[in-house]
Amino acid sequence: MSEAAVRVEELRKVFDVPEREAGLRAATKSLVRRKTREVRAVDGISFEIAPAEIVGFLGPNGAGKTTTLKMLSGLLYPTGGEARVLGHVPSKRERDFLRRISLVMGNRNQLQWDLPALDSFELNRSIYRIPREDFFRARDEMIELLEIGDLVRKPVRQLSLGERMKVEIVGSLLHQPQVLFLDEPTIGLDVTMQKRIREFVAEYRQRHEATVMLTSHYMADVEALCERVIVIHHGRILFDGDLGALSDTVAAWKTIVVALENGARDLSAYGEVIHRDGDLVTLRVPKSETARVTARLLAEQEVLDLNVEDPPIEDVIELVFAREAAE
Amino acid sequence: MSTVPAPTQLVQEGRTRSLVDFYLTTMRTEVQLQFQYRAAIYMYLLGMVAEPVIYLVVWTTIAEQSGGTVGGLTTGELAAYYIVWTLVRNMNLVFTPYGWESRIREGKLSGQLLRPLHPIHYDIAEFAGGKFVWVLFYLPIAVVLTLVFHPTFDIRPLEVAVFAVAIWGAYLIRTFNQSSLGLITFWTTRVGALFQLYITLELLLSGRLVPLTLMPEWVQTVAWFLPFRWTFYFPIQTLVGDLSNEELLGGLAMQVFWIVVGIGVFSLVWRRAIRQYTAVGN
Repeated sequence: MSEAAVRVEELRKVFDVPEREAGLRAATKSLVRRKTREVRAVDGISFEIAPAEIVGFLGPNGAGKTTTLKMLSGLLYPTGGEARVLGHVPSKRERDFLRRISLVMGNRNQLQWDLPALDSFELNRSIYRIPREDFFRARDEMIELLEIGDLVRKPVRQLSLGERMKVEIVGSLLHQPQVLFLDEPTIGLDVTMQKRIREFVAEYRQRHEATVMLTSHYMADVEALCERVIVIHHGRILFDGDLGALSDTVAAWKTIVVALENGARDLSAYGEVIHRDGDLVTLRVPKSETARVTARLLAEQEVLDLNVEDPPIEDVIELVFAREAAE
Repeated sequence: MSTVPAPTQLVQEGRTRSLVDFYLTTMRTEVQLQFQYRAAIYMYLLGMVAEPVIYLVVWTTIAEQSGGTVGGLTTGELAAYYIVWTLVRNMNLVFTPYGWESRIREGKLSGQLLRPLHPIHYDIAEFAGGKFVWVLFYLPIAVVLTLVFHPTFDIRPLEVAVFAVAIWGAYLIRTFNQSSLGLITFWTTRVGALFQLYITLELLLSGRLVPLTLMPEWVQTVAWFLPFRWTFYFPIQTLVGDLSNEELLGGLAMQVFWIVVGIGVFSLVWRRAIRQYTAVGN
């Protein structure tokens, strides 16, 4: 069996955060005695990611996702536990390690603000010691794929958020990393742009057999790209497994969307009505009841159309968190 | 057909060769960047010229009132001192502790830490590139200053050669000193007060405020054992003073010594500092 591309064991990161009340009195007091609070951003997580695997890393804001990615890319020194990426200890930040990874953050700009992206790409070529021939080929092909031939010649500050993200991604992949940490790569982008970036990531991963860890607030990103998800909350892992299994384990219901000839009818006898839009009614029914309810609906109502769907992944994730809070 | 580039085994070029490539590329990029801000450079240079011109007017006035010299320096020598001063000042501009403060406090260092090259290389290369533009823009100002203040120069070829090396030595000493100071931001996010203290010491002990020969004997002795003298006074003196060959080469040796000390201190602090980095914001 080949060695895991990413291996994490009991990884922890604790921040000491200064804390004081508002006001002059508290400010004066803090001169003498500074109070700090321990924040466990990542609290003993363990997982492995195989080479060429793509994993969605999910959790609400402040769950510890970005802190984990920063530890795995060598930006943050862990408080405890162990992390290995491509056999390297990330916090040592060895050149060979940094040359083989990339961390793309949707809200960060790594390119020279006042110059065209082409100049920043050239700088990256020299930083990553990419042979010119490989550099030109990789650069031009990615520019063509993302259709950004005009954009890379404009100063970066003149680009829109979506345009900047595309050139940003090209800049981050010129050295052809084997492991990609993508932190909200589609944040703030319109649907078409999100789709374009997703397709690009999928294709890059396939061609390079790259390992990808992705965080995103857009479930469409996760559903389109990841078979496996790791759900993290309060620095701990709540779920690690198949995306479909997550839904099966946590959400014991399905939704039935039914279009009736006469939508005014009350369907609450069949299940919980969660949405009604004209003739279209959405019902939530226990998973074990789905077949029976569907048969009843078809037999007893004048049905124009009927769809049985898994619950949206957003709802499933919300349930995981709700369940954790209840425990 | 897929258009993403196929995986390739990247051929790693030699480390020295690729470092030279990095420096040249960064310097070229910086020159392009500076050319975009021509007006800003002139405003900045005019501001920078104000400082030595004030010193020069004050000392020339004092010299004229004391029979043409002050502390053994003629008005022509004082003019030469401050005209070369401006060139040296341009050459020893470095990435300041304020820059480090901002890059650490706001998390901007993250992008640089992800690269397989220490950020200090980028700072050195970036400011080195900028110097070619600043000096180019400074030359017409130097001509005007020469016409107005009539400096006296008596320059040997060896002095020019030593000067050409010494201004880069001064640049490196200041880079490592100020970057080491900047690293303190890893522990406390306000480094301004310490930087002010550093600048005050530099003003007094480097020859930046007045030529060191005008300072008391004991100050000159103290200055000889500190790095500041070798970042202003020594490079200026190579062109303006009357240094022997031994003094010229000895000065370069002192610069090498302070560069090595600077690299040592910086590396030591960096290794401890980087563990403190919290990568906030980004």
